[in-house]
Amino acid sequence: MSSTPPALTREDVAHLAYLTRLQLTDTELDTYVGQLSVILDSVATVSRVAGPDIAPTTHAVPLTNVFREDVIVPGLEHNAAMAGAPAVQDGRFRVPQILGEE
Amino acid sequence: MSSSTDLTRMTAAGLATAIAAGDTTAVEVTKAHLDRIAAVDGDVHAFLHVSADRALAQAASIDKSRADGNPARSPLSGVPLALKDILVQEGVPTTAGSKILEGWLPPYDATVTKRLLDAEIVILGKTNLDEFAMGSSTENSAYGPTRNPWDLSKIPGGSGGGSAAALAAFEAPLAIGTDTGGSIRQPASVTGTVGAKPTYGGVSRYGVIALASSLDQVGPCARTVMDTALLHEVIAGHDPRESTSIPQPVPQVVAAVKRGQSEDLSGIRIGVVKQLGGKGYQSGVLESFDSAVASLTALGAEIVEVDCPHFEYALAAYYLILPSECSSNLARFDAMRYGLRVGDSSAASAEEVMMLTRGQGLGAEVKRRIILGAYALSAGYYDAYYGSAQKVRTLIRQDFEKAYSTADVLISPASPVTAFAIGEKVDDPMAMYLNDLATIPGSLAGIPAMSLPSGLASDTGLPVGLQIMGPTLGEEAMYRVAATFEADYVSRHGGIVADFAPELELVK
Amino acid sequence: MSHVMEMFDLMDYDKAIEMFDPVMGLEVHVELGTATKMFCGCPTVFGGEPNTHVCPVCLALPGAMPAVNRLAVEYAIKIGLALNCKIAPWCRFARKNYFYPDMPKNFQTSQYDEPIAFDGYLDVDVDGETVRVEIERAHMEEDTGKSLHVGGATGRIHGADYSLLDYNRAGVPLVEIVTKPIFGTKASAPAVARAYVAALRDLLRALGVSDVRMDQGSLRCDVNLSLTPAGSPVLGTRTETKNVNSLRSVERAARYEVSRQGAILAAGGTIKQETRHFEEASGTTRPGRSKETAEDYRYFPEPDLVPIAPDPAWVEELRATLPELPWVRRDRLQADWGLTDLEMRDLVAAEAVELVAATVAAGASPAEARSWWSAYLGQKANVAGVSLEELPITPTQVAQVAALVSSGDLNAKLARQVIDGVLAGEGEPADVVKSHGLAVVSDDSALQKAVDDALAAQPDVAERIRSGKVQAVGAVVGAVMKATKGQADAGRVRELVFQTLGVDPA
Ligand SMILES: [Mg+2]
Ligand SMILES: [Zn+2]
Repeated sequence: MSSTPPALTREDVAHLAYLTRLQLTDTELDTYVGQLSVILDSVATVSRVAGPDIAPTTHAVPLTNVFREDVIVPGLEHNAAMAGAPAVQDGRFRVPQILGEE
Repeated sequence: MSSSTDLTRMTAAGLATAIAAGDTTAVEVTKAHLDRIAAVDGDVHAFLHVSADRALAQAASIDKSRADGNPARSPLSGVPLALKDILVQEGVPTTAGSKILEGWLPPYDATVTKRLLDAEIVILGKTNLDEFAMGSSTENSAYGPTRNPWDLSKIPGGSGGGSAAALAAFEAPLAIGTDTGGSIRQPASVTGTVGAKPTYGGVSRYGVIALASSLDQVGPCARTVMDTALLHEVIAGHDPRESTSIPQPVPQVVAAVKRGQSEDLSGIRIGVVKQLGGKGYQSGVLESFDSAVASLTALGAEIVEVDCPHFEYALAAYYLILPSECSSNLARFDAMRYGLRVGDSSAASAEEVMMLTRGQGLGAEVKRRIILGAYALSAGYYDAYYGSAQKVRTLIRQDFEKAYSTADVLISPASPVTAFAIGEKVDDPMAMYLNDLATIPGSLAGIPAMSLPSGLASDTGLPVGLQIMGPTLGEEAMYRVAATFEADYVSRHGGIVADFAPELELVK
Repeated sequence: MSHVMEMFDLMDYDKAIEMFDPVMGLEVHVELGTATKMFCGCPTVFGGEPNTHVCPVCLALPGAMPAVNRLAVEYAIKIGLALNCKIAPWCRFARKNYFYPDMPKNFQTSQYDEPIAFDGYLDVDVDGETVRVEIERAHMEEDTGKSLHVGGATGRIHGADYSLLDYNRAGVPLVEIVTKPIFGTKASAPAVARAYVAALRDLLRALGVSDVRMDQGSLRCDVNLSLTPAGSPVLGTRTETKNVNSLRSVERAARYEVSRQGAILAAGGTIKQETRHFEEASGTTRPGRSKETAEDYRYFPEPDLVPIAPDPAWVEELRATLPELPWVRRDRLQADWGLTDLEMRDLVAAEAVELVAATVAAGASPAEARSWWSAYLGQKANVAGVSLEELPITPTQVAQVAALVSSGDLNAKLARQVIDGVLAGEGEPADVVKSHGLAVVSDDSALQKAVDDALAAQPDVAERIRSGKVQAVGAVVGAVMKATKGQADAGRVRELVFQTLGVDPA
């Protein structure tokens, strides 16, 4: 677990850019490969001190069981909900064709 | 009748008193600040949007309410405020400093926005910031950098450079900031103003555009410790809309400030963190810090050195946790429901439009961190990166707990350097990241921490910030020490640091 | 692409089963019947105007934050308890990161390695055999919005010119129930799959945590199936068939995959690990769009939510509120109705238990209710290729027909005609009776006429009856029934014949 992962390749960055839906120019890709490798080298130091016996901390003030009751609260007026949309049709958000799963 | 200039030079507390006493009105005060903005913001560029009409209408309704005999709704009633453009305000453009949100009008108010309006605080407009609060100089704003009122060729810090500059330029006596790794404290430090990051969960994040959910915290900014405390009490408190909101009473920070102003520090143990100083810190900064330590000693505090060995891993942990969380938080900016849409056509697919929009609508630093975060979370690397970083948080918390067993509060410089030149570090991410060296440990531990001016650096003549860190929910001790230190500074220099800022060229 | 026809022969099912053992995994998503969504206070009701049940949270507006619905958590715990699961003493939500336009945050708030319930089982009855289906986990998550695909060559998603999104369903609470691999079911694998989903549906309905409407998507099943060479321990490559939205489809989908995969493997081919879609019309499955890159969901604990740590007292409180569970209820009904194990098993197999119970509740006798559903309506369902509950007739309507029979207004033949009318959509039983004039002719004067005519037509028979050959009456009754198109009450006709001839049958 404290094994430092291999250096970042251009392909890695391209794949990550696809996963995060970022269209990158070739120049951007090249810059990021360099910069991210430098950053990764320095951040990789965390695995040096993170022993298996140490519990992770997710929040400064630990809380549990924070719930809301199952009571309807007024949401947004339809027009307010759609107001910011790039395109609207028939009361729905109009978006470019969706490929993939049905 | 006081002139506009006088009104913009007054403290928030002073303005509230004057309005309550009828010596001036909310409208006059608002006008004075809107005039000041018109006169100097062309140079400073602290604001992305100025809500002049809205602010004047709000001020007028406050004055009317007083005229109708209704009591003031808060100790800051009628006082103007600059709102960081990462908190939503219904019907007011909110961009988070990003092109991808240009022109978006939120259909709802953040909890903090609501509390400000309920407290009759007049919201002047939205202030500039690094895109989605990612940066330490405000140079990452898609709408151009904010300039430091102390020297317009210098950065005002970041991400909350707009809010800090608005205070330093006397465009507003109060401002709201958000602090994920130092975005309140570092700008306060380099602009000679005051900014506090409350305990994580102390102020609602609902309606605050998320950067890193487990680190983000909203906080009060002003030019004096008392104004900061007054604003702190207005915005703090439990919010059922936020699951990580602390269900506990608001710390009595105003009372703590009053006490600090009237008493010395005898009996108080102040820890100097060994790891937050020396290498990487500008000499003028260390000099100012040492003199601050001397004053605190003179004020009766007992100074102890504390050792926090794991702080050296803080920056690394931070730059894994933040990108990981932001890579997920920023996924919603996809051109489907709101904001920018690039490349829409019957030939294009939703996926292509998402990629084009995000590729063109997000800035270099934002994309860099999204990719870094996606990598840190990806299958196989999670344990080594995100998982390990969460463990480092534990080690850092343990360092703090140990330190607070021997000290009531901890201190350090808030920023390793004074304001640097615009453009100096834009192409070197690592160098930029180092600006938050002193503030990040507190962010990872979620403790309350603030920056207040310790003076001017002898080498650059620019403001230096003193960071005071309290234990979890220990805001009162933190504010008390800050108040005593500030009172002592004023008594020796005849004013607060902000008063010594050079006059800005006024556009007539 | 998914609309391209795949070319291969199917293997005969029995042959495939001889050569291979099916291994199944079933994933069921159930929409909870809470009033509000999982993380916001928007209503979950069906059929609102598009985007009218939305708020900053479920539209993922900048700055909005989730807050967990307590009742949804209680429902999830109840489901876990009813499925004999362990309830996690501490668990969290996690973010499942992937981009899809009907998912506003572009991550699904779900549970990853810390489900709220795990390690349970559900016993299901398949032709008299009890099969124990082991439950891997039941976890909480949220539903997506609905997309409408407009234009395009086929009107199907790939040809769509653009899509329209409605987020009313986005954020509706879901519980996903995942079985462990189901081994050793051999030929009955499809029946086991169907019986499991049916049992689960009945259980969820009894718990009152969902309306379990498969037709409306509030209960959805994904069927994972692979084949291994008979007797071999090595697992084969599985396919996941999605959106199987009726009990019958679950069975058909499993059966089809056995034949499809069997054919490919027997021909020396390999199975592609893929998502497939079930086609109701053809009863076949077809591949979904294969992803060019393997998904990496980058799960991590949801930082905007805090852990859930149900304390034992709370769990016990919930356990105490569990209603009579279906299998217990079944034993009780069997006793109430006085059925043998075999008779009860047939009702269960026919998925008729709840229908019979409802019919009895509506006033019919258990015998009548059972005979209608398992006999006449059972045939109708088979012919129509639908399940009993999909027949367009309600238990109340069946009870009304039964009442007309016991009151003597209808005889068995007429009653079947009334049922046919209701199934044909001609309205309530009373309407059908009226419109077809279907009523037993009990008016004596009309009957008397028919009897006199029949006797006049058959004097020899009349003579034989007079002379004491009472059984000859059948011929006369038959003639009368014929004359009255079966609407006469045969018993009454018989009486009138004897009266008319002055004969005492005793
Ligand atoms: Mg799922
Ligand atoms: Zn909602």
